Amino acid sequence: MIPAAFEYHRPKDMAGVLSILAEHGDDARVVAGGHSLIPMMKLRMADVPHLIDLQDVGGLSGIEISTDSIRLGAMVTQHDLINHAGLEEAAPILREAALQIADPQVRYMGTIGGNVANGDPGNDMPGLMQCLDATFTVVGPDGERQVPAREFYEAAYVTAREDDEVLTSVHFALPKGGYAYEKQKRKIGDYATAAAAVQIIKENGTCTAASIAMTNLSDTPIFSEAAGAALIGSAVDAAALDAAVAAMTGDIDPTEDNRGPVAFKKHVSGVILRRAIERAWSRA
Amino acid sequence: MKDEVTSRDERIENLKGMGCSRKRVEDARFTQGKGNYVDDIKLDGMLFGDFVRSPYAHARIKNIDTAAALAVPGVLAVLTAADLEPLGLHWMPTLAGDKQMVLADGKVLFQGQEVAFVVAEDRYAAADGIEAVEVDYEELPVVVDPFEAMQSDVVLREDLVAEDGSLPDGAHGPRKHHNHIFTWEAGDKDPTFEVIDSAEVVAEETMYYHRTHPCPLETCGCVASMDKVNGKLTLWGTFQAPHAIRTVVSLISGIEEHNIRVISPDIGGGFGNKVGAYPGYVCSVVASIVTGKPVKWIEDRMDNLMTTAFARDYWMKGRISATKEGKITGLHCHVTADHGGFDACADPTKFPAGFMNICTGSYDIPTAFLEVDGVYTNKAPGGVSYRCSFRVTEAVYFIERMIEVLAIELNMDAAELRRINFIRKEQFPYTAALGWEYDSGDYHTAWDKALKTVDYEGLRKEQAERVEAFKRGETRSLMGIGLSFFTEIVGAGPVKNCDILGLGMFDSCEIRIHPTGSAIARLGTISQGQGHATTFAQILASEIGLPADSITIEEGDTDTAPYGLGTYGSRSTPVAGAATAMAGRKIRAKAQMIAAYLLEVHDDDVEFDVDRFVVKGAPERFKTMKDIAFAAYNQAIPGIEPGLEAVSYYDPPNMTYPFGAYVCVMDIDVDTGVTDIRRFYALDDCGTRINPMIIEGQVHGGLTEALAVALGQEIAYDEMGNVKTGTLMDFFLPTAWEVPNYETDYTVTPSPHHPIGAKGVGESPHVGGVPCFSNAVQDAFRAFGLRHTNMPHDHWRIWKTANELGLHG
Repeated sequence: MIPAAFEYHRPKDMAGVLSILAEHGDDARVVAGGHSLIPMMKLRMADVPHLIDLQDVGGLSGIEISTDSIRLGAMVTQHDLINHAGLEEAAPILREAALQIADPQVRYMGTIGGNVANGDPGNDMPGLMQCLDATFTVVGPDGERQVPAREFYEAAYVTAREDDEVLTSVHFALPKGGYAYEKQKRKIGDYATAAAAVQIIKENGTCTAASIAMTNLSDTPIFSEAAGAALIGSAVDAAALDAAVAAMTGDIDPTEDNRGPVAFKKHVSGVILRRAIERAWSRA
Repeated sequence: MKDEVTSRDERIENLKGMGCSRKRVEDARFTQGKGNYVDDIKLDGMLFGDFVRSPYAHARIKNIDTAAALAVPGVLAVLTAADLEPLGLHWMPTLAGDKQMVLADGKVLFQGQEVAFVVAEDRYAAADGIEAVEVDYEELPVVVDPFEAMQSDVVLREDLVAEDGSLPDGAHGPRKHHNHIFTWEAGDKDPTFEVIDSAEVVAEETMYYHRTHPCPLETCGCVASMDKVNGKLTLWGTFQAPHAIRTVVSLISGIEEHNIRVISPDIGGGFGNKVGAYPGYVCSVVASIVTGKPVKWIEDRMDNLMTTAFARDYWMKGRISATKEGKITGLHCHVTADHGGFDACADPTKFPAGFMNICTGSYDIPTAFLEVDGVYTNKAPGGVSYRCSFRVTEAVYFIERMIEVLAIELNMDAAELRRINFIRKEQFPYTAALGWEYDSGDYHTAWDKALKTVDYEGLRKEQAERVEAFKRGETRSLMGIGLSFFTEIVGAGPVKNCDILGLGMFDSCEIRIHPTGSAIARLGTISQGQGHATTFAQILASEIGLPADSITIEEGDTDTAPYGLGTYGSRSTPVAGAATAMAGRKIRAKAQMIAAYLLEVHDDDVEFDVDRFVVKGAPERFKTMKDIAFAAYNQAIPGIEPGLEAVSYYDPPNMTYPFGAYVCVMDIDVDTGVTDIRRFYALDDCGTRINPMIIEGQVHGGLTEALAVALGQEIAYDEMGNVKTGTLMDFFLPTAWEVPNYETDYTVTPSPHHPIGAKGVGESPHVGGVPCFSNAVQDAFRAFGLRHTNMPHDHWRIWKTANELGLHG
C-alpha cells in the first residue's frame, strides 16, 4: 500500500494545471479529494508520475443557485453539499444522496468533481447527475466545452473527458417535483449494491415527467429513459411501477461480485427502484 | 486520625477493588493518541523490511532474480529461502507441530505467501524493491476445497511424502492421504452410533462455519534489533505470548534465551491473530543480524487479511438423537477442517482441533463421538481462536444449530428443548461425554431469567402474527427470534493436559510492595485492550488492601515479567488472575506476621480487614497495609526477612466454564435480504465479576465481532485460490452504524476452584453471539420450511434463502 514515486504539483491557477497536463500527457493526473485516485496509486493500480493537486486553484468551490439552475464547482465536497442550506431547499436530492456516500471523514474530503469525473461505476454522483440531466464543464487547451452527464460515461473509468482536460463544474436546471435517492449497501461507506435516483413530477394525480438513473449496476451509470417513460401519463399505480421496473431491468447489466450474483442484483435493483419511485411520488 | 473517621464501607470504596466499575487506567493514553505501539518504535538507523508475495495460490518457483531490486536506491538486501537455508531458518516450526516455509522454498502454497524479504532504508524504497524482484513462477493445479483435496492427486506438501511414496505420520498420528494432516477423535464411536441408529428421532445436518479473520485494528509487526557488541537480541512485536515467542526464537535461532529480550508494547487488538509466529518475525531477526541494524516489519491491511492467521473454516456434519419427548440421547460430529497450506493452528499441542470436544454444549448428552480430519489446501495457514477459546465457537455454533434442527424435527419450541436437556445445577461438577469436567453452572436460572426479560412468549406470539400477515400479503418483513445458550471452556490450562510445543500453560504474577505502600505487579500475560492494568490491580487491591490506584501493573517485557504463556483463550483472568490472587495472599501472609509483631500479639490473634490487620476483638488496635509495608523494609523484625515481595506460578486444577443465555430479535426484509436487529439481550455468567464496566465493554465488543461473522465477514477464495475479500471494502468490519443497542445482564456462579471464583468473559459474547445472530436469521424462515443455511448471512445469501423458499412469488 505504498505508491510508486511521483512528482507533486500544486499550481495556483487553471492555466498552470493545463500546462502541466499538456507537458506530461497521460503521465499526469489531477487530484481533488483523492479518495478514488490515492488508493489506486497505493495499490499501484494507477501509475501517476505527475500528480496535480487542485486545492490551490481558485474558483472551483462555488455553489451558485440561480432562479432556474444550480452550478457546483468541482471542488465542492460532499460535506458542503450536505450542509448548504440553500441547496437543501433547491435540490434536496443532492443532500439525500450525499448522506449515503461513504462516511463523514470521507465526505469532508471527497468532491463532486472527483466523484463524477473518475468514472468509477460505484460512485453515486454520476447516476444522480444523469437523473438531473446535468451538464459537465471541462476545460482543456482549446478552452471550455460542455458535456451532458448522460453522454459522459463510456465504460468503467473511461469518460468523454480527454487526458488533457479538467472537469471544473457541473450545472443543472433546478429540479422539480418529487425526488428520492434510494441505495442498498452492505455497510456504511460501501458502494451501492443497487441505487436509484428518481425525480418525478405530478400534475393532477398524473405523472407528467420522470427521470430515473441507476448506480453500480453496469460499468457506467445507467440513465433509463424507458423506465421514466413507463411512468409518464400514469398515476404511478402498480402496473406503471411494474413497467418502469421491467424497463430499467432491461437497461442494466450488473456483474457478479462480493455483493452478490446477477439474479440478486437484478431483483434488488427492481425493489430499490420501486421504493425510490414510491417515495419520490409521495413527495411530488 | 483520618482512618478513625473513615467507615469500613468507605475504606472498601477507596481500594477500588473487585466489583468496582473502575475507569480503565489505560484509556488516558489511548484516547489521547499517546499509546506506544510497535510502529511507534523508531530506532537510530532503523531499516524496513517487506515481502514479495506470491500472486498464485499454488506454483513452483523456477527462479528469483533480485538484481534489479538491489539496484533500487535505498534497497540494501533481498533475502530468499536460499539465504536462510544455511542458517536452517528457511522453514520454521508451527504451533501445531507442523513446519512452515519462512520464505518460499521451491514453491508457494497460497496467494500472498512470503517469497522474498526486501530490506531497505525506508518503506518507500522497500516497496519499490518489491516491485523490482522478478520471480519466475510455474503455475500448479490449485486445490481450495478440502473434500476435493482428500481425493486429489495434486500433492501440496511434497515434504510430507516419503521418497517411496508412503506417508510418514504427522504430528498427531497417521495420515490417510497426502493432503491429510490428522484425524483426532474424542468419545465413544460404537456406543454413540448404536444409540443414534436406534433412536426414536434423529436430526442430521451439515454446516459450514466459514473462514474468517480476527482483523485487529493494529496489524502484525515487529522491530528486531541485534546488538552485535553484547550479543543481545531485542524483539519488539505484536505478540500475544511474548515469553513463548522468546523461547521459540531461542530454539530456532540458537541464541541463548537470556540473550533474547522480547517486548510486547501496547497492542491494538489481537483476537488470536497475534498468537503465532510469522515469517516477518524470523526475517526481521535475520535481517538485523545480517545488517547489524534494527529492522522493522509492519503488515498492511491486505497482508494481514490474506496471510496471517485466519480463523474457522470447519465443515461440520452432525447427527443428534432424542426421544419423542425431546430428551437428547446421543450426538455425533464429523469435522473436515481446512487448515490451508501449513498447519499453523494455535491450539494446545494435545488438542489439534482445540476444545472442539466441548461440542455437547450445555446439555446432558449421555453419549457422544467427535472426529476431526485436518486437511491441507491452497489457502493461507492459521486456524486461530478468533475471540474464543480454542475452536469453542465452532463447537458452540455446531451444537446450537443442531438443537435448532432437532427442534424442527421434533416440531418443538427450541427454548423448551434446551430447557429439558440442560445439565442441572445439582449435576456439577459434571463430566461430559467427550471428557471435560464442567466446574459449575446454573443454566436453568439463567435461561429462565433471559426468557422472562425478553418476554419470550410474547415474541413468539408476535412472530406468529407476522407470519400470518406475510402470508396475507400485508408485509414483506419476517421476524426471527435467535436463541443461544453457550458454555465456554476457557483458562487453558492445567499443565497436565495443556501445553504448546511442550510449554506448560500455567501463568504467573510477581508483586513488589514499595515501602510507602504502593506496589508494582508483573504478569506473564499481555493486554491487547482487555484492560489488565485496571482489573489485575483491582484483584490485588482486594487481596492485599492497597488501593488499586497505588498499584502499577506491568506486562510484556520478558526481561522483567515472570514467565507466562500470554493472553488468548480468555486465559488471563482464570490463570494469571489466579496467580495474582495467590501471590497477593503470600504478601498478606507475611504482612500478617509483621502486623502481629508490631501489635505485639500472636500471628493468629490478628485478622485481615479490608486494608489492615486488626487485633481480633479489638478493632481499634490495627496496622494498615501501608504501615506494614513501611515496617517490612525499615524495621528489624526478628525471624522475618526484610522486604515485601511474592511470586506465584499458578497451574490451574481445571478449566473454567463461563456460560450465558442470549436472545436476538431481528426483522428481515425478504425482498432485499437486509436485516435489522431490533433487540439483543445478553446474559453472561462469568463467575465473580471483577470490573462490571469492563465486562460490559467486553460483551459489547464480542457481540459486535459475532455480528460481523454471522452477518457478512468472511475470507472467501475463488476457484483459483485468489482471495476475494482482501480489503475492508469487502471484508465486513461493522461500525457503530451497523451495531444494535445491546442489553447486558448477568448471573453469578463462581468457579469453585479459582481463588477468586472468576471465569473469564472476553470471548463468551463472541461464542454465544455467533449462533444467536445466525439462529435469528434461520428462525425467521422456519415457518416456511428452512432447516439450515450457512453463514455468513449477508444480504444476497438471505435473499437466496427467501428465493429458494419461494417467497419472491
